[in-house]
Parts: sequence; structure tokens; C-alpha cells
Amino acid sequence: MSPKTTPFHARVLKPEAHLIEKEPYYEPVGDEIALFEAAYATQIPVLLKGPTGCGKTRFMEYMAWRLKRPLITVSCHDDLTAADLVGRYLITGNETVWVDGPLARAVRCGAICYLDEVVEARKDTTVVIHPLADDRRILPMEKRGELLQAPGEFLLAMSYNPGYQSVLKDLKQSTRQRFIAIEFNYPQPELEKKIVMTETGLDAGNADQLLKLAQMTRNLKGNGLDEGASTRLLVHAAKLIRRGIAPRAACRGAIAEALTDDPEMLRAIHELASSLF
Amino acid sequence: MSSPPRSSDPRLTAAASESLGAAELEAQLDELLDAVLSSRRTATRLAQALAPLARNLQDFVLRWAAVIARTNAEMAYQFAAAAPAALAAMDTSTAEAWIIQAMDTYDRQGLYRGSAVFKNAQEFAELAGSQLCAVTFEDVAQVLNLFLCGLSGRRLKLDTAARPYTDTETIHLPARIAIFPTKEENFLVYKAIATHLWAQARFGTFNRDIAAVVAGYPDPERALELFSYLEALRLDACIGRALPGLGRELRKLRGDDEETDPRLARLQSADATVDDTVAVLAETYASLPPRSYSYMGRLRPELIAPVRAARIAKEKAAFRAALKQMLEEDGEPRAAGAEQRFSVRASSAAEDPSAQSYDLLLDGEPVAPPPQVAGLIDSILQDLGEIPDEYLAPAGDGGYRAEDREPSASDVWRGVYHEEGAYFYNEWDHGRRHYRKNWCVLRELDVHSGRPDFVDATLAKYAPQVAQLKRTFELLRGEDKLLKRQKNGDDIDLDAVIEGYADMRCGMELPERLLVKRHKSERDLAVMFMVDMSGSTKGWINDAEREALVMLCEALEVLGDRYAIYGFSGMTRKRCEIFRVKRFDEPYSAAVRSRIAGIIPQDYTRMGAAIRHLAMLLNQVEARTKLLVTLSDGKPDDYSDNYRGEYGIEDTRQALIEAHRSGIKPFCITIDREARDYLPHMYGPVNWTLVDEVARLPLKVADIYRRLTT
Repeated sequence: MSPKTTPFHARVLKPEAHLIEKEPYYEPVGDEIALFEAAYATQIPVLLKGPTGCGKTRFMEYMAWRLKRPLITVSCHDDLTAADLVGRYLITGNETVWVDGPLARAVRCGAICYLDEVVEARKDTTVVIHPLADDRRILPMEKRGELLQAPGEFLLAMSYNPGYQSVLKDLKQSTRQRFIAIEFNYPQPELEKKIVMTETGLDAGNADQLLKLAQMTRNLKGNGLDEGASTRLLVHAAKLIRRGIAPRAACRGAIAEALTDDPEMLRAIHELASSLF
Repeated sequence: MSSPPRSSDPRLTAAASESLGAAELEAQLDELLDAVLSSRRTATRLAQALAPLARNLQDFVLRWAAVIARTNAEMAYQFAAAAPAALAAMDTSTAEAWIIQAMDTYDRQGLYRGSAVFKNAQEFAELAGSQLCAVTFEDVAQVLNLFLCGLSGRRLKLDTAARPYTDTETIHLPARIAIFPTKEENFLVYKAIATHLWAQARFGTFNRDIAAVVAGYPDPERALELFSYLEALRLDACIGRALPGLGRELRKLRGDDEETDPRLARLQSADATVDDTVAVLAETYASLPPRSYSYMGRLRPELIAPVRAARIAKEKAAFRAALKQMLEEDGEPRAAGAEQRFSVRASSAAEDPSAQSYDLLLDGEPVAPPPQVAGLIDSILQDLGEIPDEYLAPAGDGGYRAEDREPSASDVWRGVYHEEGAYFYNEWDHGRRHYRKNWCVLRELDVHSGRPDFVDATLAKYAPQVAQLKRTFELLRGEDKLLKRQKNGDDIDLDAVIEGYADMRCGMELPERLLVKRHKSERDLAVMFMVDMSGSTKGWINDAEREALVMLCEALEVLGDRYAIYGFSGMTRKRCEIFRVKRFDEPYSAAVRSRIAGIIPQDYTRMGAAIRHLAMLLNQVEARTKLLVTLSDGKPDDYSDNYRGEYGIEDTRQALIEAHRSGIKPFCITIDREARDYLPHMYGPVNWTLVDEVARLPLKVADIYRRLTT
């Protein structure tokens, strides 16, 4: 980082630059599009639940494109403070300047604000969104002594992976009960196959085997694996295969090694992959 | 107890390199084998056979005889008798492997099998030649277990047997495979056998009553053999379709030996079922010689029927109960007597009939079954190929439930002794320098509630100290700290800004660090307290322990550290017991308080197994620092099998080393004044502390913990 740039720079997205112009590829699984649109129309925030790599973020991009709103994504982490979301004063030259955080920006310009993996954020941070997430729809900016009233176009959305079994990483009831929840899961095999093939152009034969491998790793969930292979991992493996990597090696790199470090589990997944390809 | 004979044992190395004479050998053997010698059976012959050996070999034999004698004198005798011939056939490192195998066999299968290994030294020596390429069951069990679990939803158990077979729930594999010259190929044979046995269940071999089928032939034995072969052909084709990679490898294992008989072609088609195999069997019985491949298991219809019948009944009950539960959760009751609401529909798009999946419908609408129900459906389909109508009636009442109750740890006291519901842990035998596999049987039990007023009485007794303790620990709590002069932060650091402006006026650059950041220093710490509940703590030691725990809990509640408390005791390796007082995910509730009060002295202290189990539990918690704190009153000790003394200390030390390796910091608080003699060896020089006044234990423990974690 050059000394002149402030470290906050990366987090403050220019909302207008984030209007998605090209339709993102998304395969609807159920009625999630209708649900989301209804939630948007009635101004109720949305909570996307589901395991990693099943298409939550892609769905958000698709909906932002569909609703023609800018999408501001905040990837939450355990050091994310309220100021990171709302904004802070910075010093430039001889004066202090207020800089909006991504959430405040989204409220101002009526964007969709998407808090990715919200459980990762510190507990006190999630409370900031409470007044924004009920029918008040306001964002208090304490340091400026202002309230920001969200326009009708604004929508708050967040994602959450209920698969984490940690007691520390759970959503508070007072937070989750403000949202409409849409549950995501890995798509049905036929659909997942279509997704893998459309995303990567992989042939049907290899796609079938990849899906079988995915199912096998999902069978191992709870038996030594925390999560089975996600659709995203399948897409990665498929891309490698398309680039001419041998399927077994592609599965090892994109799936087995990505899922676990345990040598025996690695070996087992590799044996499964080499049984299939 | 005598120290373990090592090569550095002065008794053995003092006398230079000259061989010992028969008389000297006999004297030493007499001492070692005293328990199994008599006037009829003396060590004279053994000594005479050993006398011609070189001194280093004699030492080797004596050293190991001493180690073995500590486990069993008869085994030591058998060893000494077999050693001269064995040492002629193999070098000492192979001989060590031979001894370890014999002792492992003895541990698991008893004296008869164990001494058989000693007697078959020649066989072992020959096998050892192929040792380099051999793959053993132990090497592959874990990988294959995961592999099979990945293949199918149904979890299969693995075990060893002379010839591979499956009873549909357990897959029995050979203990060792050395057919091919490389490890890779031999592993492949394991994998092929396992997959084949899995395929028998998966592709419906047992959907016909095989025993009845072959009974109709004049020579049922031959019919079964031929059936196995034909079925293997069908399964190979199935595997080839489902797992093409493995299919290719199976072809390699078969060699060029492809069957060309046209009558068998129908077995290879995608829709062939076990009925086709039965039909082909009828056609070819007279003329086709049965063959077998290296990876073919044996069919044991007599073992399958009962296991399968029991599972089908159990799953039917479980499935119907699950449907009932789904109905209740659905929450839309219909008029009683309404027609069946569940149905199944084959889902479209399944070219492969074995991969056929079904959708569960409720009132004609597809519903997503919970994962365990999906697993049940899959398992039922494997057994029956469909979901029969009577399965779809939700169970009336829980009449079946009693049968499929999970085995609980206390079941062990009902009727015969068995090992269900228990954990198994290895134990370190320092003499053999090897683990005894699955040697300790450990169970988790609940502490029964004690006097409810104990905790209050303790708190009243130590009221001033408790108040002080709380204050001390409050100071420790991870409070928000305001970090000044940060590059990145929530607010402006006015001091820094003013200073910076002064700098700027002087022509310097405005510094970057002008913000303040609130930093919460979190104590990312999980601690496991392991409390000695052995009989020796009876009386005031036990009282002091319990009071110490009460004080500790008060302090830890202030601090907010995650903690768990478990007691340990037991008698013999078959009955190691861990008592749950407080789990990590449990709040410090009234129940926990009454369990602390209910800690009562039990039996002995086999510490190794307890440490291994608690370390396993502790490792399931996510924390930067993990502490295992032992509250103890003495050395590890157990009834019989010489756990007392050096063996126990070495096993405990080994268990602590294992724990340390997995990232746990062990610490011991003891009241044993002689602790200096053995604790530094077990826990390391600084990881223990002595509270020599039992009465002060309650006051000290929290204090020690504070010092330990700051």
C-alpha cells in the first residue's frame, strides 16, 4: 500500500460503479426470486441461509441486476466495527472529513447492502443494523448526530452459514427475527450438473462424475469433513478439467485439498475421485 | 518396580561381549520365568539352546523376555523357547516386529493365539520378506472406512476375517494383503474387495434369499460358488458404470482373463438384477466352471439374513416414526381416519436404475425429508428396492422406539459385559515401546447430584475470599482497551492531531497515526479440569477438591473463560470412567453445582486413558490456548495389570505428550508431597505445582489458574 492511501479506501465501494450490467448466470432452485422481490417491495430485509459455495452471493448479484440497484457487499470479519459500517471522520489537510461507511453509502443511494457471512462480525456491530432492519428503516450516525432515513429502494440483506456449529458464531434472535429468511442448499443433481456445465462448458460425462464425487464428499460430512464439496468447488474442478488438467489431479487440487488437511481424509477423497475418473 | 531393561542396562553390558554360559542363562531365566516353571518344566533346555548364541543376541532375548514376562510369564517362556530358531531366521529388528505382533495378538486374542505367533516364527520370517510390499488392515482401515462412507450413505463397519465377506453392516477384510509386489497394488486389492462387498449391498445381491436359491441345486456348495462368480461379473459391470476409474483398475486385477461365454452377456447389461444372476445360474449350472478373482469376497447367506431382517424391521419402525414426527411438525391435522397422506414417486431422470431416487410426497406435494430420513429412505431402497406402502403409514405410537434406543454407557452393567457405547484408547507400554491397541475401554458417566447446600455452604465459608477472588479476576477480564495513535480506528486521536499539526507547521509531514482504536483483548482460552476421583481422595481431600472447584467456577464465571470439569476414575483397563461434571457448552447452572457437590471418591486412577479422552474433547473446542489442568493426589495407579509404578507413569507421560502435540498445554496441581519424584517427568519441569496443605487447596487453585493464564 502506498503511504498516501488510507486503509479504508478498499472498503468504501463506489456504489454507482457497482451497478451490474450483464445478467449474472443464476439458476432458480425454488421460489427464492419471487420471495426476494416481494421482500424488496415490502421493504423487509432478507437473510440468506446456506452452506458455503451454494450460490448465495451469486443470487444477490442476480437480484441486484434484476432489480437494477447497485449492490454494496461487505465481507464481515471478526474485527469489523460499527464505524467500519457507518463511517468515520478522517483528517485531510487541515480539517476533518466525514467518510461514509459502506452501509451509510448504501442507505444514501438506495442500494442493496449485502453483509456477507454476518456471523463473523462482532456482536456489537450487528446491533447497528437493528433500527435499519425494522420498520423504522433509519441508520443512526451518532458521531454526526444525524439519522439517515433509508429510501424505499434501499434493501438490507445478509448471509449466514448455519453449518458452523460454534456457539460463539450464532445469530442473536433479536437480529435474525428482523429478517425474511431464504434457505439455500446445494441444488438438485440435475440442476447442479446444468450449473457446472453452463458455468464452465464441461462435457456431460465429466460433469456427471464430478457430481457423484460431490455427493460422496457430502456423505462424509460429519464423518470427518465439516462440509461437503460445494457447487463452487465443482465449478473450480470443472474449470481445471476444461483447461486440460487430468480429472484426478483436478479433483485433488480443487476439491480434496480444498476440503481438508487430514492426510487420511485426503487419501479417501482421492481414492473416491480416482474410482470415478 | 524394576527399571525397564534397556540395552544400556548395566547388568547386561558389564560383562563385555563374551557369551553367557548355560548356567548363567538358566539362572537369569529362572528368575524371569519363575511363575511358569516347575520341577517338570525347568529353564535348562531353554538355556542350553540359547548358550551358543552371540552375546548381543542373548542380551536381546533376556531383555525382551523380561519385558514380556511383565505382561505374561507364559508368553515369555514361549518366546524364550522360540527365540533361538527365530533369531537364526531373522535379524533383530524383524524379530522385534515379530515380538510386537505376538504381544498384540496376545492382548487381543489371548494366550493361545499369542503363543501361536511365537511358535510360527518361521512363517513370520518368510512373510517378513514380503513385508516391504504388504499392506495391513490397520494401514488402510481408516482410509477405507472414509472411502466407503463416501460411497454410500449407510455407514459400514470394518473388521478383519480370514476370507472377506459382508453381513451387510460390517465388511470383513483380510488382515494383510501381499499378493502384488508393490504397496499401491496391494492397497488397490483392499479397495477392490471393499468396494465389491459394498456393491453387494448397494446393487441388491441380497434382495434374493441366496440360501434358498442354492439349496435347490444338487450341490449347493458349488452352486453358491458359481453364483458368487456370476454375481461378481454383474457387480463388476455395475461398478464399471458407477465408478469407471475403479472399473478400469478391476479389469487390470482380473488380467486378460475375460469371460466370453455368450450366456453371461445379460449380466453386463445396465438393467441386470440379481434375478438375472439367478436365471443365468440355472442355465449354466451344469456346464460353467466357477472362477474366482483376487478381490472376490465370499457370500455368507447364513450370516446375512438375521442382520438384514433386524435392520429392515428397525428401519421400518424408524421411518414410520419419522413420518409421524414430520406430520406433527407440519402442524395441519386432518380429520382422523383420512386416507394415507404420504406417498412416494420415483423422481425422473435416472438412467441407472440403481441410482433411482424417490421423492417423498405429503398430500401430493413433494416435501424435503430431514437428512436422517433421507438416509433411511436410501437404506430402505438398498434393501428392498422400493418404499412399500405399509411403510408410509406414520407410526401410531412409539411402540417400536424402545428397540432402537442408542446404547448408553450404563448398559454395560446389564447382563453380559460388552463394549458398546464405549470409547477405546491405546495405551503406551514403555517396555515394548509400542502402543497396545484399543487397550482401554472408557465410558462417560454422569455424576449423581449431591447435597444441594454444599455450594452455598462453601461460598459462605469462604465469603471474604470469594469476594476478593472476584475482584482479582475482574481485573483480568478482557476489557476494551483504547489504543492511541493508530493508522486505522474509530475516532480521531486529538492529542496526536495537535502534535501532528505542530509538526506540520514546522514543515514536517502530518503523521499517519491519528486515530484511536478500541481493542477488545479477548481471552481466547478453553480450559479442561480433570479431577481425580480415585478412592484415595476419600475424606478431606475430596472435600477440598470440591471446594476448590466451587471457588474456581466462581472465578471463571467472572472471567468468562470457557471451561469444563470432568472427573476420572475406574478399575482395570476394561472400566475406565470419566464423570461429566460440566461440559464446555453447559452454563454454570444449579445442575452443575449439585454435580460438583456429588463428586465422590470411586476407584483407581488410570490416567492415560482419561487424558486421551479429555484431550480429545478439548480439541473439539476452538480456542487459541487450550489448557488441561489435572487436580490430583498421587501417582497414576490401577488395580492389577501392573499399571502402578513405572508403567502407569510412562503411559501418562505418553498421553500428555500426545496431548501436547495436538496443541494442548497440560498442567498438574497436586497435593502429593512426593510429586517431585515423578511429576516433572510426566508434565515437564515447570508444568506442575504442589499445594502441600490440603486445607489451602480451595484458596490456591483459582490463584494458580490466574497465574497460569496471565
